[in-house]
Amino acid sequence: MDIKPIEPGAIELLDMYYYMRLGRAIEERLELEYKGGKLPSAIYLGRGQEAIEVGAAYALEQGDVLAPTHRDMISQLPRGLTAKEVFTNHYARANSLTRGKGEANYQGDLKRGLFATVSMLPDFYPVATGAALAFKLRGEKRVAMPLCGEGATSRGDFHESLNIASVLNLPVVFVVINNGFAYSTPPFKEMKLSDVAERAHAYAIPGVVVDGNNIIECYLEVKKAVERARDGGGPTLLEAKTLRMRGHAGHDAAKYVSKELIREWAQKDPIDRFEKHLTNQGLLDEAGIKDMTGRVTQEVAEALKFAEESPYPEGQEAVTDVYRE
Amino acid sequence: MSTANKPKETSYIEAISQALWEELERDGNVFMLGEDIGYYGGAFKVTEGFLDKFGPERIIEMPIAEEGFIGMAIGAALMGMRPIVEVQYADFISCGWDQIVNVAAKMHYRTRDAVPVVIRGPSGGGLRAGPFHSQSPEGWFAHVPGLKVIVPGTVHDAKGLLKAAIRDDNPVLYFEHKYLYRRIKEVLPEEEYVCHIGAAKVQREGSDLTIVTYGAMVQTALQAAEKAQAGGVSVEVVDLRTVFPIDKDTVLNSVAKTSKAIMLYEDTRTLGIGAEVAAIIAEEGFEHLDGPIIRVSAPDAPVPFSPPLEDFFIPQVDDVIAAIDRLSAY
Repeated sequence: MDIKPIEPGAIELLDMYYYMRLGRAIEERLELEYKGGKLPSAIYLGRGQEAIEVGAAYALEQGDVLAPTHRDMISQLPRGLTAKEVFTNHYARANSLTRGKGEANYQGDLKRGLFATVSMLPDFYPVATGAALAFKLRGEKRVAMPLCGEGATSRGDFHESLNIASVLNLPVVFVVINNGFAYSTPPFKEMKLSDVAERAHAYAIPGVVVDGNNIIECYLEVKKAVERARDGGGPTLLEAKTLRMRGHAGHDAAKYVSKELIREWAQKDPIDRFEKHLTNQGLLDEAGIKDMTGRVTQEVAEALKFAEESPYPEGQEAVTDVYRE
Repeated sequence: MSTANKPKETSYIEAISQALWEELERDGNVFMLGEDIGYYGGAFKVTEGFLDKFGPERIIEMPIAEEGFIGMAIGAALMGMRPIVEVQYADFISCGWDQIVNVAAKMHYRTRDAVPVVIRGPSGGGLRAGPFHSQSPEGWFAHVPGLKVIVPGTVHDAKGLLKAAIRDDNPVLYFEHKYLYRRIKEVLPEEEYVCHIGAAKVQREGSDLTIVTYGAMVQTALQAAEKAQAGGVSVEVVDLRTVFPIDKDTVLNSVAKTSKAIMLYEDTRTLGIGAEVAAIIAEEGFEHLDGPIIRVSAPDAPVPFSPPLEDFFIPQVDDVIAAIDRLSAY
C-alpha cells in the first residue's frame, strides 16, 4: 500500500511551529524554576526533540491515542495539553490533572487521547497495543501511538508488543525517539544495531528511520504509518534520530556528552531549521518570529502565575481515589 | 428421590467456566486473552468450547508473552473493554508484575480512569507440581494498593466472585485453587447470583475458637473443625474469600464470640495474609482474646516437589488439630 499523505498547508505548518515554540518556552521556564529551587518536582526535558514530538503527535487524528513518556510533554501539546496543566502538575497543585498524585510530566487525559505515563519504560508499548486491540475488536478506525527512547527497546515488553501487534495486525505506530542517551548510556553499549528501526524486521513489519530534527519529514513519515495502520495495514516501527540536549533530569549536567556533539546538534536545532524553512516559504518573517516569542512567553508567564497561585491538595487526599467506587 | 431428579452438582472448575461463559454472553465488551485458551480449551480446560461459541475475536490466543498481554489487557480496559486474562499457572503472573503493580494499580489514583481488568489463574499446591506451578501469589498483590485480590474456597464463591470481579471497575486478581478444580462439588442456585467483593463468610459456626482462612485451606479448616467437634471443641471457620480488601468486621465479630483465633493459610508464613489478619485482631480485638493468635501456614520455603516434602510444606488437617489443641489449653 503506497500512502502519500497530503503535505501540510500553511495553517498546519504555523500551528506546528507554535507548539514547538510553546514546548520550548515551557521547558525553558521549568528549567529556570528548577534551578531556582522553586519546583517541588523533578524535570525531564525534551529540548532538541521538538520536531518529532510535535510532528508525530500532529499526525494523529481526533480519537487516536498517544502514550508519551516522562520526556514527551511537548508531544501532548498538539493533543490539547495546556501550559497551565503542565505547570500545575509540576507544582503538585490540587487542580492539576493528577491532583498532585503524579509528578512532572506524568499527567494524561483519555478524553484527549493521552495516556498518563509511568517511569518504567516502555510500559505503554503493551498498553497502547491493547488500546489498538480494543479499536480493532470494535471495528473503530483509530490508531494508537506509544513513544519511547532507544534505551527502552532493550526490554522484553518492547519486543512482545511489536510481535503481538504484528501477529494480530493491530493499528499501532511504535515511535522510538533515539536521542542518543539512555540516562548516561549511549546506544553502542546497548545494542549492536546502528538503527533501532532494524528491530522491525524480526517482526515482519516496516521499520522506518527519520531525521528527528526535521519536523516535516517527521510529520509526513509518521502520517504515512498512521494512515497505513488506520487502513488495516498493521503496525510500523519508526525511529527518529535526534539528540537529547539536556541531561536525563534536571539534576544531571550530562558531562558524559561531549561538547562537540552538543555543538554539532545545536547546529541542527529543529526550531531554527523550521523557522528557516517557513521563512523561505514566505510563511514567516522576523516580525512573525518576534510575535510568536511574545505569544508563548505570555502564555508561559500566565501559566506559571496560575500554578503558583493554585492551592495544594489537602493531606488527606493522599488516600482518595485508590479505588473506583 | 430417583437419581434422575437429583439436583445437578457443579465442580469448582465448572463454576469458573460457567461464570466466564455467562459474562461473555451478557456483555459484548468482555473478552479473553491467554495462552492455549482457544482451540485447546486452556491448560486445565476452563475454556473448552469457548472458541466455537464466542469466536477468535473474543477468545484470543496469545504467544508466550505474559507481560505483553497483561499490559494489552490494561490498555483495552482503559479503552472501555472488560478483558479477562488467563495466566496458565498463577506463578506466571510474576512475568506481568510491572504492568499490574505500576500501570494498573496506580492508574485510577492518578487519573480517575477505570481499569476493569481481571487477571485469573490456577494457584496453590498439592498436585506435586513443584516450585513453579504451585505458588500462592495472593500475598504479593494484596500488598499493592489499587488491586483487589480474590481467592475463592468454595464452588459457590468461585462462580459468584468471578462474576463480581468481571463487573468490577478496578483491576482484580482472581486466584483459583487448582487442587479444588475437580475435588469439590456443590449444587448451585439455578438463578443468577453475584457475590460481594470484600465480604468474608462464616462457613461453619462454632463457639470455642475461630479459624480465619481462605482458598483451599477452607476445606482443610472444615475437616479439622469436624474432627475437633468429636473431641468436644466447637470451631468457627471464617472464609475471607477476598484477601484484599479484608472484611475486618466478620473476623472481629467471630473473635469477639470465640476469644481465640488461628490463622490458617497455604502461603508462606512471614508477611502472609494470616499475619496481616493477626495484626488486625491484635490491634482491634485485643480485649476479646483469651490466648495467643496462632499461625498455621506453609514454612518460609519454596513449594517443594517430592510428595513427603510437599505434604510437610502444605498445612494438613493434623497441623490444624495440633494448633486447636494448643489454643484450647488457654
